[in-house]
Amino acid sequence: MTDAGYPVLSSLIFLPLAASVALFFIRQDGFVRGFTLVVGILECLLVLPLFGYVPGGGYQFEETVAWIPAWDITYHLAVDGLSLFMVMLTAVLLPLCVLCSWTYIGKRIKEFHFCLLLMTSACVGVFSALDFVLFYIFWEAMLVPMYLLIAVWGGPERKYASIKFFLYTLAGSTLLLAAIVAFRTVGGTFDITVLTGKTFSFQFQFWTFLAMALAFAVKVPMFPLHTWLPAAHVQAPSAGSVILAAVLLKMGTYGFLRLCLPLAPAASVYFAPMMIAISIASILYGGLIALGQKDIKKLVAYSSVAHMGFVTLGIFVLTQRGVEGAILQMLNHGITTGALFMLIGLIYERSHSREIVDNQGLGKCMPAFLFFWGLFSLSSLAFPGTNSFVGEVLVLAGTFEVNMWAGFLAIPGAMLAAAYMLRLMQKVAWGEPSSYKKKWSDLNGREWIYLMPMAFLVFYIGFVPGPALRMISPSITTVLSTMEQKNQALGYHQDMPLAECMQLEPAARIADGAASPVSLPGKERL
Amino acid sequence: MNFDLVMPELFQLLVVVALFVQSVVRGRDDTGPRWLPVAAIIGVAVAASKLGAQGVLFEDVYRVDALSQFFKVAISLGFCVTVINAQNQPTLETQKRTDYFMMLGLSAWGLMLLASAAELITLYLALELSSYSLYALIPLRGNDRRASEAAIKYILFGAVVTAVSLYGLSYVMASQHTTYIQGLLGKTWSMAENPMAVVGLTLFLAGFFYKLALFPFHFWCPDVYEGTSNETAAYVATVPKLGAVVVLVRLSSVLSPGMEVTNILAILAALSMTVGNLTALVQKDVKRLLGYSSVSHAGYVMLGLVSGTAAGLSAATFYALVYLLMNLTCFYVISRIAVGGANVTLTDLNGLYKKSPGLALVLAVSAFALVGLPPTAGFAGKLFLLASAWDHGYNWLVIVAVLNTAIAIYYYLNLVRHAYTEEVDAAAPVAAISSGQVAVGGILAACVLLLGVLPAPIYDLAFTAGKALLP
Repeated sequence: MTDAGYPVLSSLIFLPLAASVALFFIRQDGFVRGFTLVVGILECLLVLPLFGYVPGGGYQFEETVAWIPAWDITYHLAVDGLSLFMVMLTAVLLPLCVLCSWTYIGKRIKEFHFCLLLMTSACVGVFSALDFVLFYIFWEAMLVPMYLLIAVWGGPERKYASIKFFLYTLAGSTLLLAAIVAFRTVGGTFDITVLTGKTFSFQFQFWTFLAMALAFAVKVPMFPLHTWLPAAHVQAPSAGSVILAAVLLKMGTYGFLRLCLPLAPAASVYFAPMMIAISIASILYGGLIALGQKDIKKLVAYSSVAHMGFVTLGIFVLTQRGVEGAILQMLNHGITTGALFMLIGLIYERSHSREIVDNQGLGKCMPAFLFFWGLFSLSSLAFPGTNSFVGEVLVLAGTFEVNMWAGFLAIPGAMLAAAYMLRLMQKVAWGEPSSYKKKWSDLNGREWIYLMPMAFLVFYIGFVPGPALRMISPSITTVLSTMEQKNQALGYHQDMPLAECMQLEPAARIADGAASPVSLPGKERL
Repeated sequence: MNFDLVMPELFQLLVVVALFVQSVVRGRDDTGPRWLPVAAIIGVAVAASKLGAQGVLFEDVYRVDALSQFFKVAISLGFCVTVINAQNQPTLETQKRTDYFMMLGLSAWGLMLLASAAELITLYLALELSSYSLYALIPLRGNDRRASEAAIKYILFGAVVTAVSLYGLSYVMASQHTTYIQGLLGKTWSMAENPMAVVGLTLFLAGFFYKLALFPFHFWCPDVYEGTSNETAAYVATVPKLGAVVVLVRLSSVLSPGMEVTNILAILAALSMTVGNLTALVQKDVKRLLGYSSVSHAGYVMLGLVSGTAAGLSAATFYALVYLLMNLTCFYVISRIAVGGANVTLTDLNGLYKKSPGLALVLAVSAFALVGLPPTAGFAGKLFLLASAWDHGYNWLVIVAVLNTAIAIYYYLNLVRHAYTEEVDAAAPVAAISSGQVAVGGILAACVLLLGVLPAPIYDLAFTAGKALLP
């Protein structure tokens, strides 16, 4: 157990929340930006105690406060290896997002920063909540600010894109709420740590897995539920795209790891081949579509679908290496794609176009921009020495351990990534200059400042992945070994026919002869 | 007789009498009761101070318990907000104001009596008392023909359903030989053994379904909201529904899962949610939209009633309060932005964030609460309803309810979309909004948020009420 002497996670959630309220009382736009930047830097400082995380299987920085006693809903926060880096990434992105929209956002500045702060707060909440209801509250609470970010500050098609985003994600997660309610009734609590210790019948796992997987698959997004993503990415303002790519998509994969695998282990194994197939479809489909794009942002958006496919592939091969790779890839995709969206934002400020043809041949005139562009492009195609290489190799290694054919099918995805990213880079760097104007300056100081941390992380994780892996691997071992134990206890093995699986009941229930009695308020009636 | 038990009702009656006296004494020179908001706020305080009261009056037909006291607070709160909302109603002549508020107060008084009625005939009388004054209120909208049409619809529907309900009451009385709810608790309610009672109870409940605008008794609802003035609609849409919910909560202590009546309730609930939400999708008039939305909310409340547990009853009780608050908040914004009391269409909301950023935020909070998005009260209420209904034989209803959220989001989001992302038409007239009015809206929105973030104290009250009902 580690403890910083004060509630670290709560402070990370409530600082942006308090700051967003304080914004109401500030009038000058410049001061709003400065204030939010300071809050962002404070948030990053508050994250520092999390580096005291001691690699181990359990939860750390735990906080528990009774919240709604009548329903046993608690305010329960903690981090472990699965969530640690996601919380850090969310905090780091706040000041960078403020910086990258310093000149990009010209209207309704106060509301914009209000949304950014709320987003940060909700995202930290999702990654640290250990109560099912609390998790759902943060999960849904982040929809409104994200919707507003796209709908108010977005591009010309923003209305369509924002509504599509909202409808898809909300419709996906409605059944998650039903699953949460079902877990509470059958498991007797909303606490995820307690629920993780229980074994549920296969039939129950089967349905709850489907309900949860739908919510998470929309968020990831997995083929064929991905169509909201390109629309949202293209229309969102730069900072919105950065948060969307770097944090929001990770909520889906995090949900799989935190909820699907431990709560429905048998169903996860049962559905794993299907999930692997969908992941590979996402990788190939995303890559192929990206190859044909004319719009830079759309290209990167489709590449996200492919990259997230690697993450879900890594999760559902259910091996230590695969899941390690998946978590690392979640972080890497956040860094790399986030940075790419920042770059697209800053070039858009100059050319006012996202088309490739309007942004060609910048190599000679904007060398510093091209340095970063090249770096993040290489990272995106998993070039050795960059962060994504480590993650992708681990995922592929994990896949080959389980099924050679799945591995072979995923390999072309990596090649496609090289094809579309290099094609884009070739055009942007060496294409025929079409609309370049002399007044386009190379990167200014502010732009250097927000790109440097990302570039540093690309190299750091690329060359020294050891420390990060040491932080996450014990938690993964815990998740995978509990899964295996629970499946053994249930008597489930992979080759069982479905009809037989459906008969499986946890031993405790059989011993009682019927459904296990759970004490719930009001259930004792009559 | 213990007057202490009926303090909230007595206070409300006092207010009504004072209004009557003012109306008679001042006659044509009447400029309306300026003192009423203060009195209404005191009324809430009086009701809240009697939360713990317990007792029975008048040969056990009038029961003062945790449930009735909870609802009396909610009703007086609803009355108070409506009074503040309707202070300067543009479509109401100044000399009619005192009479208007007297009717309003009388209706709220009837609903308070309804909350305590523990016997079917008393229930019926209280229901009529609350309805009759509403019949007179609805046409009061200048010389608007639609308001008269709405009033006629409301009366005709109301009269027919009341007749049906009375007919059902006679069946229940004939077959079970008692009209006391306590007495009905121990009787058998199965179609095989006592078909007359089951039919009778269903017909009797129909009267309250009508008040609640549950499918298929909902046809009056959007028309009446559309026809009557914005301020009256705010009242009709919220407070009388509380009365219906309290009666249904009391009566459903008779019900348990698997009974025919319960199954009928569940099916009506599912239909109500789906029909209400689907129809709301195509509405252009905001009041019609809210009318259909209230049809779907009536369905959600049923979730708590079919499970037959204390948790379910308390969830329904809690949801009624939440429903009252979020709808009043939404109607409050509509009443403020309506130019000269005209109806508000979706396009009238365009550019609200520029005209009044405060009201736009209040509207957004109430719309997201109506969807049931966290961290608003709408989410807390819905979560309790869903959690109470699971595993009591109506899991399919829970699934229908959550899927309905996905339909509902579209039209509620439309309200926010128009207010925030559409640009305003420069030529359109704008209603004057004072900062005090925005502040009242802000308080309402803050209540909606607060009840979502910290529902525990209020829910505990509702839970005590629910537990007390079930032996």
